[in-house]
Amino acid sequence: MTHPPYLHPDYASTVLRAPSRPPLEMKEDPEAAELTGPVFGHGEVDPLDADLTAGHPGEPIGERIIVTGRVLDAAGHPVPNTLVEIWQANSAGRYAHQRDRHPAPLDPNFTGAGRCLTDDEGRYRFVTIKPGAYPWRNHPNAWRPAHIHFSVFGRAFTQRLVTQMYFPGDPLLPFDPIFQSVPDPAARERLVSTFDLDVTEPEWALGYRWDIVLGRTPMEDA
Amino acid sequence: MITPSQTVGPFFGFALPYDGDWELVPEGHPGAVTITGRVLDGAGEPVPDALLELWTGDAGTRGALGRGGAGVSGFGRCGTAPDGSYRFRLAPPARPYAALLVFARGLLKPVRTRVYLADVPDPLLGSLDPARRATLLARPEGQDVYRFDVRLQGERETVFLEF
Repeated sequence: MTHPPYLHPDYASTVLRAPSRPPLEMKEDPEAAELTGPVFGHGEVDPLDADLTAGHPGEPIGERIIVTGRVLDAAGHPVPNTLVEIWQANSAGRYAHQRDRHPAPLDPNFTGAGRCLTDDEGRYRFVTIKPGAYPWRNHPNAWRPAHIHFSVFGRAFTQRLVTQMYFPGDPLLPFDPIFQSVPDPAARERLVSTFDLDVTEPEWALGYRWDIVLGRTPMEDA
Repeated sequence: MITPSQTVGPFFGFALPYDGDWELVPEGHPGAVTITGRVLDGAGEPVPDALLELWTGDAGTRGALGRGGAGVSGFGRCGTAPDGSYRFRLAPPARPYAALLVFARGLLKPVRTRVYLADVPDPLLGSLDPARRATLLARPEGQDVYRFDVRLQGERETVFLEF
């Protein structure tokens, strides 16, 4: 099983929010609204939105990184022109969100939200800074590993995916109940990006590569 | 080789909402209806940090992100308020339902359901007993307003779907 279960008691917030019944399996219906999805126009997404280090008076504090990869369908075909949204904490592990009470500094030069459309080969590319780990109150001494949140649409509403990208070698991964909620270790590893010297730009930014594979659509079975 | 889902977490509010995200049609659009309700957890408490996405199945002519123009969009997004409430303004969909996705802290993957604006003959509705079917039916409430609560867990738990 690729996806985590709804109920994963180690992640305390699932206990009152996980549905108690399994989802109802839909019968095949080629007319179902869910087999299509919204289309996003190039005019709707500013190319500058893919650079999270821009748009502020100065440079953000932190390790500048490039995060790039491809959005693919389950058959390995690229998914072009699909919206990818990301958000993250700053290099100190603090979100630009009013409910984040972690006593780490905000960075006036970093908000931590970006978006782009994939190109004709399904590629996305963001410039950002490496997010910091941060504490949360799930259990005593709980820390989230560094991660970037990803939201991807795909071709159909059934493919809609929200997930998190992690960094290789993070010592917090074995202790994180959200990462560990994915039961299959091989599937879990697919959430970890790869350091890539070819993506790295000399004297400027480290490069990480991470491909995203969306689920099949029921139509693809036909 | 599918990428696993992870929770949207509590801190998406500065990133995913956008201007007019809940307005699939502009204010004053002829025939527009509003779907509103609350997201509730297994204790009946409101979920103040959920994100809902509505899809009618028809892209329409209005931007999905850029809401400047007139016309109709098939896609909307709405984060819940502190009382767990959300709303969408839309043109009545061509189908008897709109598709709904709910993301939240504590949901490691989204729940998906359908908001039916009428109790019409339908394969999904017809497969459910009356109590379960009722969880998918939006209740008319005043003129052009429909109420649809999402109960994530427990008694009267909303019927969630898998494709």
